Amino acid sequence: MNVAIFILFALLCLGGALNLLLQRHPINSALSLIVVMSSLSVLYLLLGAEFLALAQIIVYSGAIMVLFVFVIMLLNAGEEERTHGSRAAYFAGIPGVLALFAVLAGTFVTLRLSFGGTRLGAFLVTTGDLSRVLFRNLLLPFEVTSVLILVAILGAVVLARKEH
Amino acid sequence: MNIPIFVLLNLLKVAVVTVIFLMAVAYTVLLERKLVGRIQNRWGPSRVGPFGLLQPLADGLKLFLKEDLMPSAVFRPLFIMAPIIALSCALISIGVIPFGENIRWHGVDMFQIADLNIGLLVILGVTSVGIYGIALSGWSSNNKYSLLGSLRSSAQMVSYELALGLSVIGVVLRTGSLRLRDIVNLQNTHGILSWNIFGGLQIVAFFIYLCAAFAETNRTPFDLPEAESELTAGYHTEYSSMKFAMFFMAEYANMITVGCVATVLFLGGWSSPFGDLFPAFGGPVAQALLPVFWFVLKVFSFLFLYVWVRGTLPRFRYDQLMGFGWKFLLPIAVLNVMATSLVLAFHG
Repeated sequence: MNVAIFILFALLCLGGALNLLLQRHPINSALSLIVVMSSLSVLYLLLGAEFLALAQIIVYSGAIMVLFVFVIMLLNAGEEERTHGSRAAYFAGIPGVLALFAVLAGTFVTLRLSFGGTRLGAFLVTTGDLSRVLFRNLLLPFEVTSVLILVAILGAVVLARKEH
Repeated sequence: MNIPIFVLLNLLKVAVVTVIFLMAVAYTVLLERKLVGRIQNRWGPSRVGPFGLLQPLADGLKLFLKEDLMPSAVFRPLFIMAPIIALSCALISIGVIPFGENIRWHGVDMFQIADLNIGLLVILGVTSVGIYGIALSGWSSNNKYSLLGSLRSSAQMVSYELALGLSVIGVVLRTGSLRLRDIVNLQNTHGILSWNIFGGLQIVAFFIYLCAAFAETNRTPFDLPEAESELTAGYHTEYSSMKFAMFFMAEYANMITVGCVATVLFLGGWSSPFGDLFPAFGGPVAQALLPVFWFVLKVFSFLFLYVWVRGTLPRFRYDQLMGFGWKFLLPIAVLNVMATSLVLAFHG
């Protein structure tokens, strides 16, 4: 059952990601990205990370993608024009991507045993567990990340501000 | 446990809740038309059936039989998808709301469809996805009024979602759980005195929730997305027949859901306002149904408040709306979270 759900949503996720690249209209790409985000949240749920799954929906599928769609609607972005792409992309890009994929896949396969594993659906991280880890063991990195986001917001404000 | 009976009962429960919910949506429309009528010193619908009670039926039939116009320049797939997204998101969130005590029959929870550890987050998540229905409808209609309406609505909903999310944190801090049954059980001890709004000192949070919820459901005084005097009808200008009806139902379904959430979070859910003041009466069936009665009564008063506000307050200007959300509600919500955590840290 769990494996069936995993395969279904993993396929949906990959299909959404491919569709995101292949669609010519930005709004269709944005909607495919929403599908990717939402199916990722189902995968989190299968791993027992219930808070993370819903945070994924609320933050990514909800807030961030709404802003994407909002900007696309506001700028009334038209369809993308297809070109044949540069020759460099064919000769360097595709082998590069394949090499990167091979390295990542190799790393995961070799490190798989030292990470340890769990069966799908055999594990549940409650919100309490998660917050205990976040706010006790990992408090400093957590707070530093929030400062990072604050810096990004300040940067956006500075860039968008009109000069007097 | 007998598996077929379990599955059958669960399916039956989902069907019953959905039918009751849709009926409630239809009759909320009638309630609104009647009440606004009385507030404006007229009768409201009174011809179809006694007191106009069959009016929702006639309205539904009319919408169903109307011609489904499809303007020629719309972006078809999204134009069709948008009302479906809006309505399905509005209908999903009722699934996590507990209507009554945890009474099991053949292992099936009678008064709640799904009892989730993260029920509150599910409601917030589904609400935030529901924005797409409105945003996409306006964009795909290829109409400037629709687009303006949906842009306003997306901006408004994203802004007020922050205040909404922060307003419920006080309640979650008090309970220490995101499970809606836990939240109600905590308020179940001393009647009205232990409800979060009074005993939990969450009255400020309730006020923030109220304002943010009105804005989230696009209701007066925050109904700028469909301000008829400037945007004809806003995001659903180009829609007709059942597609329009789906938006209409989604709006009222959202009102009811928001009322249910407010009841669960702040007004003690299904718990009686008198606590254990009066001795239990009637058989087990009466004792099981009494909490449901209290729940429905609370949701009804919330809906009454919705209509009352609509009949009383004028609409905000758009800059006032944004200013109110970001400069007033959000800081108060943050202060409320800080105050609640401090009190809980020193006394809890």
